[in-house]
Amino acid sequence: MADKTARKSMTGANILWECIEREGVKHVFGYPGGAILPAYDALKNSKIHHVLVRHEQGATHMADGYARASGRVGVAVATSGPGATNMVTGIATAMLDSSPIVCITGQVGSKLIGSDAFQETDITGVTLPITKHNYLVTHASEVARTIREAFYVARSGRPGPVLVDITKDAQQTTCEFDWEAARPQLPGYRPDLSPEQKEYEKALQLIHNSKRPVILAGHGIILSGAMQQVRDFAERAGIPVALTLLGIGAFPAAHPLNLGMMGMHGEAWVNHTIQESDLLLAFGMRFDDRVTGNLKAYAPGAKKIQIEIDPAEINKNVKVDVPLVGDLREVLEELLPHVESIDRSEWLDSIDKLKGDAAVRDIQNLPDSGHLYAAHVINDLWRETRDGDTVVVTDVGQHQMWEAQYYKHEKPRSLITSGGLGTMGFALPAAIGAKVARPEAEVWVVVGDGGFQMTLCELATIVQEKLKIHIAIINNGFLGMVRQWQEFFYDRNYQATPLLNPDFAKLAEAYGIRSMNITERAQVVPGVREARKHDGPVLLNFRVEQEDSVYPMVAAGAGLHEMIRRPSKIVETAADE
Amino acid sequence: MLNTYVVYVENKPGVLTRVASLFRRRAFNIDSLTVGRTEKPEVSRMTITVDADDDQAKRIEANLYKLVNVLLVENISHQPAIVRDLAMIKVAATHDARSHVLELASVFRARVVDLSPESLTIEITGAEDKIDGLLEVLRPYGVIEMVRTGIVAMRRGNSPSPKTVGPDDREVAGNDVSYSV
Repeated sequence: MADKTARKSMTGANILWECIEREGVKHVFGYPGGAILPAYDALKNSKIHHVLVRHEQGATHMADGYARASGRVGVAVATSGPGATNMVTGIATAMLDSSPIVCITGQVGSKLIGSDAFQETDITGVTLPITKHNYLVTHASEVARTIREAFYVARSGRPGPVLVDITKDAQQTTCEFDWEAARPQLPGYRPDLSPEQKEYEKALQLIHNSKRPVILAGHGIILSGAMQQVRDFAERAGIPVALTLLGIGAFPAAHPLNLGMMGMHGEAWVNHTIQESDLLLAFGMRFDDRVTGNLKAYAPGAKKIQIEIDPAEINKNVKVDVPLVGDLREVLEELLPHVESIDRSEWLDSIDKLKGDAAVRDIQNLPDSGHLYAAHVINDLWRETRDGDTVVVTDVGQHQMWEAQYYKHEKPRSLITSGGLGTMGFALPAAIGAKVARPEAEVWVVVGDGGFQMTLCELATIVQEKLKIHIAIINNGFLGMVRQWQEFFYDRNYQATPLLNPDFAKLAEAYGIRSMNITERAQVVPGVREARKHDGPVLLNFRVEQEDSVYPMVAAGAGLHEMIRRPSKIVETAADE
Repeated sequence: MLNTYVVYVENKPGVLTRVASLFRRRAFNIDSLTVGRTEKPEVSRMTITVDADDDQAKRIEANLYKLVNVLLVENISHQPAIVRDLAMIKVAATHDARSHVLELASVFRARVVDLSPESLTIEITGAEDKIDGLLEVLRPYGVIEMVRTGIVAMRRGNSPSPKTVGPDDREVAGNDVSYSV
């Protein structure tokens, strides 16, 4: 890298890559086009590896998957107009899940802006409500500072997507480049808030007076890197831990204090624990409607403490008694020395009693009747891959919930999934980003037959980049979660949910990807083993039970304790593994 | 209740859109929004009034701070403040009515700024209810046209001023605000 103090004359395009490189980026995901061509031309002067995607939505999900797998900022690149608008879904996905990505788009020449020029879209206008911040750059001299600010804003505070739209002339013209002088100037930006002392005191009092506390562990733990602090806190205070979907991995599944996932498809004991609790400790979670159910009936006897970096989340859905606004790790480090060790075995024992009633066992103990259940597939996949450095990337729907229920994650950043926006089509491209970020990790895509077809064009990207990614299609021939809602709430009127699918195995072969059809439980483990041994990507097409549902389920608008359970309940016999 | 915010923002293109978009997408109802220059060329100042309860009012403040270009937010609803609206009202006033209208204007300390054979244009500055009052008494004569600026507000006594960044004062971020609910 060049001497950091030297000033030199460079084009906007060269400054762009120079700054991205200095931000520590080695890979970007993109798709070229007219308005971004000067930047692509300048790529030859850069050490950055460009991954050519097949659709710009894929580029944004890849940047997102890259960020979630590594904790580093992911970068996506596209041209103006349709290239930029194709990024919208991926940007919104990153926004809702607080994922740090920077999107670079080309824009028509600055003199043409506002003239409806070819491939002109006001992308800063379009993405204004779905970015943490965005920029329109019209001069080469603004490129360096803007890129530095974009990375800083994306990764600091509550992370999120930042879009930088750069006109073609700003890429082409030349100016002095001075990295030092291009320091961010963000006088209004406040990423580092901290609570007042009196709030700490109030929180400690509530914690020490509580008999039935529970920690609600969210994505913020992983984003803040507070895994150890949460563990120390839970162990010292003897408090059980319930996880949100994005909190999975923030607390080890095998830990005795771990309860598992809460919410709409959480286990009954987790939801009952929350409902019966007298103190909720929300750690980096935002009381999404999918975890609270009906707010009026939510944890009625519980006081609430919320540790949250974003003050706008305080009292949004659930009124909290003590908000601690700040970085979770810092706040917990401040609290920890003052937390008293309290024996809460009575509370923990009462929760243990609830665990006899477990939905996971309903299906784990089903006899092998020739039917292949998605839960079996995922549970077997977990048994086979649990010891390695495995990252599972899921799409959205039934398979996503089964993954959350039956794959036990011990480590952070081992499950990557679209939570807030619930973006179908996320898994395959996000897995590519994850694999690029962590090439040594074993990456599994767990995806439904519906969502897979939304972004399957990225199979070509996997092959072109020679990535060893395993794809498990949980194929039930339906848009399964929608079908489940139709079964429960729309009188089994299966409108527009049955899918006529292509032969996925042949499709994979057409891309040069090895494939297997798996229809029986006995084939699952051998299939997984063969895929792991194969030197290259493999697609496993699991033909599972068509009309299975995810249980338990809290219907939208119902209280968290009012769960729909699996009919014809299997009598529990074996242990939970 | 009606909350009045004084919001200092960076004087950059698109900032008004960001603020307006925030209120729209979070479903907060803007009653009035004005924006103009301040004593610092790099800073613009908005006065925003919103109908919101106390919890909402705090979340509005927090959401405004999430906008990178927002420098300082002050909810002055519970502070002693000077609040002014400006209106121009064109009233139908032929020869017979003219003296009555002029009398009313002078009672309200309003100024006549234009006169034609058929109408009078009155300029009035004041709190919103004062303008409402004048409007009420003018209505029987026939209000032909009216424009109001929306309110601008300033705290009485000393008020905090926003931290800005000049060319010789390069700060990464302004972290001087502690947030407490």
